[in-house]
Amino acid sequence: MSISVKEVSDISDQEARRSSPDYLDQLEAEAIYIMREVAGQFERPALLFSGGKDSITLVRLAQKAFAPGKIPFPLVHVDTGHNFIEAINYRDELAEQIGAKLVVRYVEDTIKAKGLKEQTGKNASRNWLQTFTLLDTIEEFEFDACIGGARRDEEKARAKERIFSFRDEFGQWDPKRQRPELWNLFNGRIHKGENVRVFPISNWTELDVWAYLKRENITLPSIYFAHERELILRDGKLLNNTPVIEPDEHDQIVKRQVRFRTVGDMTCTAAVESSAATLDEVIAEITVSRISERGETRIDDQQTEAAMEDRKKGGYF
Amino acid sequence: MDLLRFITAGSVDDGKSTLIGRLLYDTKNILADQMEAIERASKSRNVGEIDLALLTDGLRSEREQGITIDVAYKYFQTPNRKFISIDAPGHIQYTRNMVTGASNADLAIILVDARHGVVEQTRRHSLIASMLGIPHVIVAINKMDLVGNSEDAFLEIAKAYQELASKLNIKDLTLIPVSALNGDNIVDRSVNMPWYTGETLLSVLETVNVLKDQNQEDGRFSVQYVIRPQTEELHDYRGYAGRVQSGTFKKGDLVKVLPSGTESKIAKIEFGGNEIEEASVLESVTILLEDDVDISRGDTIVSINNSPIVSQDIEALVCWMDDKKTLKAGNKYVLQHGTARSRCSIRDIEYQIDINSYEKLDEVESLKLNDVARIVLRTAQPIAYDPYQQNRANGAAILIDETSNVTVGACMIE
Ligand SMILES: Nc1nc2c(ncn2[C@@H]2O[C@H](COP(=O)(O)OP(=O)(O)O)[C@@H](O)[C@H]2O)c(=O)[nH]1
Ligand SMILES: [Mg+2]
Repeated sequence: MSISVKEVSDISDQEARRSSPDYLDQLEAEAIYIMREVAGQFERPALLFSGGKDSITLVRLAQKAFAPGKIPFPLVHVDTGHNFIEAINYRDELAEQIGAKLVVRYVEDTIKAKGLKEQTGKNASRNWLQTFTLLDTIEEFEFDACIGGARRDEEKARAKERIFSFRDEFGQWDPKRQRPELWNLFNGRIHKGENVRVFPISNWTELDVWAYLKRENITLPSIYFAHERELILRDGKLLNNTPVIEPDEHDQIVKRQVRFRTVGDMTCTAAVESSAATLDEVIAEITVSRISERGETRIDDQQTEAAMEDRKKGGYF
Repeated sequence: MDLLRFITAGSVDDGKSTLIGRLLYDTKNILADQMEAIERASKSRNVGEIDLALLTDGLRSEREQGITIDVAYKYFQTPNRKFISIDAPGHIQYTRNMVTGASNADLAIILVDARHGVVEQTRRHSLIASMLGIPHVIVAINKMDLVGNSEDAFLEIAKAYQELASKLNIKDLTLIPVSALNGDNIVDRSVNMPWYTGETLLSVLETVNVLKDQNQEDGRFSVQYVIRPQTEELHDYRGYAGRVQSGTFKKGDLVKVLPSGTESKIAKIEFGGNEIEEASVLESVTILLEDDVDISRGDTIVSINNSPIVSQDIEALVCWMDDKKTLKAGNKYVLQHGTARSRCSIRDIEYQIDINSYEKLDEVESLKLNDVARIVLRTAQPIAYDPYQQNRANGAAILIDETSNVTVGACMIE
């Protein structure tokens, strides 16, 4: 796999801006503004990086925000140990290429250190356990702000969250007591031990992200494009066939031409059948798709109506 | 294609959430699985037909109580425009969340229940829309199906609203009779109200001119961050990162740095590390100056012959948002204006504005949650501001409680 995360100065911004629709410029300007507010208001921010398309977008925005300087905060990845190898490789190469500091912390280590119990059984996932590792990492480095790639169009609880989302010292989100967020005046004042999660692409839709990646000419991990893969067919969803997912007697092992629409934890991210091999083709497919990103590919949200809200209250991203 | 941000306001149960659901539904912006999810939720709540409001009421307590507590953002698009819709809560106690949603809106849709006409929340939300300087207001007189789609009913409410609006500062007002439930005059023209010949709601949303609303005149740039790579090849590089709040800046422009008053010239403007010719409203760029001046976060770079007011004494309209503590003369807060923060102390509450009559109430001792008033305050450092009604970006400020760190007030500087 080779990635060409272009030096920011390679692309002619003026040209890109002239030929693209205005709303992308507006969204980009807003996100850059938010990135700079983080750098201006906090002492120890971090950018939560997963190797997925949303966090790849964040990295590009951060590069643009601080060019020609380097991104003034580290990239932090909470590795569940269940990530796609393609995303992990991409992460490492990207960090090296742009000269960013990369911090990786492992859910596996948290499980051992804390003697946590992992979920077992059919849809076992470490998604929930990530929260512990994340909170420990925040404590370890005393991060006061964590930039994340969540979008409000993803999910109904996220649709309610502020751009600067205040979290108490336990990382908890209290949806009933969110700070008013007026104009572009973000209030990042906190006490020691508390932190703020910041979502610069809150107002972007999935399609906006794809359009931006294309406009910026960013190469993505290969799993985002159609390829042949061995999968587990479970309840109509296609999961990666990996040792971390245990097939049961109802599951079928199949070979299909697929791509991934999100690249979260393998245990809760499903593939979609597709022949889209380029960004243009992916965008065309998504434009006509009648199913949302999370509906199609995430297994973790479908367990209860308020699954995401509950995870956030517990300190999740 | 450009972007329009709009908010739906109005009293509880006037149909705000249903209206947004209807807009999304009729513009084919609800995806199959989201539709299934709300169908499922509607069934489990026994509401009969599908309840489009469930699309925006995303929190558990909202669904349980059937009300909107906090703003929800929904995104959709038509062939003509992209939209960010902001569904606001109608309850008085959640007014501060409504203000949060309204502060960035280009347009407000204020819903009125055709059976009840103009009520207290109509007045409150209209006042807020006017104070916040939202350039376009649509009054959607909803539930027309429940008043027999009567033209007289519409005209009567329209007249009452126009009278109310005459006391406010609403630049562009449109009144439309609608039924959010049935979709009349939302996206499709109503067959039940042939007497209405004006535009549909969507048609107004698609065509209002938002570019005109921006202040293109007064060059204001508030510095967020100083970029100093300090590498060998960029040894002397000092770039001021920020967003153009109003006006435009070009290479060679003479500028002044406030509050210090130092003058200089723009050597270069960059975006993403590349030089660009000029930067206009809302663009996030980096400005380099010819002289080595002392500039840091919180300073404002302005066009040389067009200065804002620089002062420590400020008068402002305030929406008070703290549900625990009141605002009183003598209280101290942190004022955040642009990227500048300064301690400030409240000198006086000049008057409070009565939400119903819009009359000024004198001799008010303190403000409680959701009160609106004009206050006088003094800051520890000078602030470079423009009056809010001339320049939304450079006339807005927030008050932060020094001990809890919570945002407690929205200020529109006069
Ligand atoms: N008959 C009728 N009912 C409506 C209309 N619009 C909304 N409703 C109903 O009014 C109630 C409140 O609507 P909702 O959208 O939750 O109001 P909100 O509190 O303003 O968000 C719901 O039962 C809706 O179905 C309309 O145009 N006609
Ligand atoms: Mg509602």
